[in-house]
Amino acid sequence: MNSKEITIQISEAADSLNLKKWDYGASFSNDYSVQVDKGEAKQLKASQKQILTIRVWNESNLVGITTTSDISESGIKKALNQANIASDFGNKNEKTEFSPLAKDPIKVKDSKKRNPVGIKKLLTLLREAEVKLLESHESIKSVPYNGLSESFYERVYANSDGAFRSYTKSQAALYLYARAEEKNKKPRSSGSVKLGYGVEDIDIESCIKDASNKTISHLNYSSIKTDKYLICFSPESFLTIINAFSSMFNARSILDGVSLSNKNSIGEKLSTEALNIYDDGLHEKNISSSPFDGEGTPTKRLCLINKGRLENFIHSESTARIFKTIPTGHAGLGSKVSVSPDWIVVEKSEENSDLKKSLDHSTYEGEFVYIEELNAIHAGVRASQGSFSLPFDGWLYKNGKKISIESATVAGDIKYLLKNIVNIESNQEVTTSGISPHIWVDELSITGDA
Amino acid sequence: MLSSQIKSNEIIFGSCNKDLLEEIIFYGMGLGADFVEIFIENTDNSSVLAEEDFITSVSPSFGRGAGIRIFKDKKDGFVSTNDLTKIGLMRSVSQAIEMLDITDNKKREVFNGLDKHRDYSLSKKKWINEVPSIHEISEKLLVSTKSLKKSNKIITRKGSYSRNLQEVIIASSDGTYVSDIRLHQTVGLNVIASDAQYRSSGSRRFGSSGLPHEFRLWDHEKAANDVFESSMNMLYADYVDAGQMPVVLANKFGGVIFHEACGHLLETTQIERGTTPFENKLNEKIAHESVTAIDEGISEGSFGSLSVDDEGMEPEKSVLIKDGILKKFISDRAGELRTGHKRTGSGRRQNYSFAAASRMRNTYIAKGDHSKEDLINSISEGLYCKSMGGGSVGATGQFNFAVEEGYLIKNGKLTNPVKGATLIGEAKEVMPKISMCGNDLELAPGFCGSISGSVNVTVGQPHIKVDSITVGGR
Repeated sequence: MNSKEITIQISEAADSLNLKKWDYGASFSNDYSVQVDKGEAKQLKASQKQILTIRVWNESNLVGITTTSDISESGIKKALNQANIASDFGNKNEKTEFSPLAKDPIKVKDSKKRNPVGIKKLLTLLREAEVKLLESHESIKSVPYNGLSESFYERVYANSDGAFRSYTKSQAALYLYARAEEKNKKPRSSGSVKLGYGVEDIDIESCIKDASNKTISHLNYSSIKTDKYLICFSPESFLTIINAFSSMFNARSILDGVSLSNKNSIGEKLSTEALNIYDDGLHEKNISSSPFDGEGTPTKRLCLINKGRLENFIHSESTARIFKTIPTGHAGLGSKVSVSPDWIVVEKSEENSDLKKSLDHSTYEGEFVYIEELNAIHAGVRASQGSFSLPFDGWLYKNGKKISIESATVAGDIKYLLKNIVNIESNQEVTTSGISPHIWVDELSITGDA
Repeated sequence: MLSSQIKSNEIIFGSCNKDLLEEIIFYGMGLGADFVEIFIENTDNSSVLAEEDFITSVSPSFGRGAGIRIFKDKKDGFVSTNDLTKIGLMRSVSQAIEMLDITDNKKREVFNGLDKHRDYSLSKKKWINEVPSIHEISEKLLVSTKSLKKSNKIITRKGSYSRNLQEVIIASSDGTYVSDIRLHQTVGLNVIASDAQYRSSGSRRFGSSGLPHEFRLWDHEKAANDVFESSMNMLYADYVDAGQMPVVLANKFGGVIFHEACGHLLETTQIERGTTPFENKLNEKIAHESVTAIDEGISEGSFGSLSVDDEGMEPEKSVLIKDGILKKFISDRAGELRTGHKRTGSGRRQNYSFAAASRMRNTYIAKGDHSKEDLINSISEGLYCKSMGGGSVGATGQFNFAVEEGYLIKNGKLTNPVKGATLIGEAKEVMPKISMCGNDLELAPGFCGSISGSVNVTVGQPHIKVDSITVGGR
């Protein structure tokens, strides 16, 4: 069945069960991936997957939901039945409705959908990449984590009010994670990830070069003394922190009492005036962009922090109604509709005269810690309390030299971090989770074992 | 003709699928596979969320699918699909054969048909009717969140329940033909406490496998008291000072450190990747002589227990480390093929869309002779980690773990609560520093995410003392 046929099927099944109001979200995908080990294919995978999430509204206008991978006629009927039963337990205190924007026009980017290259081609490309990475430096002994994949999928939203929207996409990903070993030293690892609409769009050479350079740069390492340091966050690591604390911008989190913000926080000064943050799911560099969210609301660019002040929250239909605003296109379909950012864009605002512009990661000669990548986010971030304590990969820059830091953590408070930004470099870099320049922060605690 | 005699063209749960499964396996072997494995599942899941004094989410879900794995030499091709018809399954076999580029269909391995059906599900079919109803669950969750209303400083109260019922059929070209039903239930409580600029949180999760009535027996009042006390103890806690120090790790979920820092390094997938420092250390000392560590899938009702693993093997009790000496690795079919370590009944996967891999089940450090007080009394200045948060281990073996509830130890006594602590180290350096094990072994349920998805496990240990470890703080 295609998505139009499924919509008709659901509509007919709902009629037969006397269910007047329903909506659904679905995804259908075909994925192919390969892994290699020293020139040999290790695991080759293909999957065909379908997921259907149906919501129904009962006579008391309470919502019930069911998710299934069975889209046969009987599967759809069963899902509607179960959702109907679940609606008896629907949330009486927070109504859910269709998004008022579910029929608004959507901006579908030039889809750049690619055709599959097939498992054999994936395998050949990954084998070649592994060989080149192993040959790039004598200390690189293996590439224990590697993969090349391509996915082709369709996403759909439709409701009983006549809304219907779908889009199809393709996406490919390459990751190479190398391990280097030298005598009498601990093994060191690092890697690189590249995304593209298709395999032909992935810059494989650059992925190999990045993985090699990063891994080798950590070969000469040393412990760091526990102290407070001037920190330079790489674009990737700063975006990691912002995403980890995105509950600050999230209306759902505010209503649930797990955000550092509250309903009245709009306009609150969060950081230096030099900082702007947007959520921009449709950004041309976002390979994973979706033109609508789980409730069918169109995706759009939204300013979250404007010149250091909180400008907007991200919303679903129900949170927007409670906050007396409109949905922003950030909803995930579920019994309790979730809200999350799409793609964060960090930039320097026009109000940047207070920044210490001499702080440039490529030229600054004073002492600082460069945080390349933050790890174990799920374990080290307390979003509801604002605190973090995270292991990282990075370097200590001192006297014009840099040395990789062995096993250390950076700890602090997100509000302190944002207010102590001392420079925002000019050049933005594209990462897999958004765009950001390098960000400098004064006085964060680093724990090492020196 | 009786309906059971009609040859089905689709997998039907609860029926005999032997003919169809054999046909699919013969088809794969005929195309030149060394080994064919079929894993089929049918799931019926449900979750309920209570927030404050209301049920805010009820989410049923169900589904079915198949994962087909073909081995040729040491390579494997894995295809997953929602199509359980004969045509769909054969298409998946063909796709796996094509991926592996098998053009030589000369048979090297022989398939002699499936063995006698081992049906572990017979006594479990009634479970679906014995588990609590959504109504019953909702009522108990609401009583639980009400129990958390012990102070106006508690600003958020949540109770959650989830039930996963998984029916599986496993068949492979070595004759394996198995059916089983697995039931997992978890229930958890969470609070956030707040007073002016101070904030803290507390959480506890409980879980079981194969015990349909377990939720009814859950002592929600005790759980609520525990979570409340934890959050209030931590509300005004200072940040811990960073440094090297001795620590005492509490029992139950304290075992997450052994699981993450050492257990994963004893999975054969790590040998395959060359990422474990213990690869060539079998029968060598890798830990303090006070440490014996076990991984097993047989403790009745424990969250990581199984009647049979996802490759059709009954789980064994594996003594991984005995008195500090490395004795065994955790192995699955691919692990045995690629590393030579015998299977341990540890081939596990989240669902049909993942190929099985060597994964932990119930993993714990065995109990020792000491009391908790012995351990604390032996430390003049250090940290007591009463409750651990999550953690992770990096590709080169470094681990880090958040301490959810910690207390300073001074002159052998517990003193002030401290927050923001992270334990950092490397397994091969920390294992020899576990110098004392308590006599109070307990297990705690959890979810472990790795190569074959998220699987149910238990972690566990008695109270243990680590002589020195890096504590991250401010």
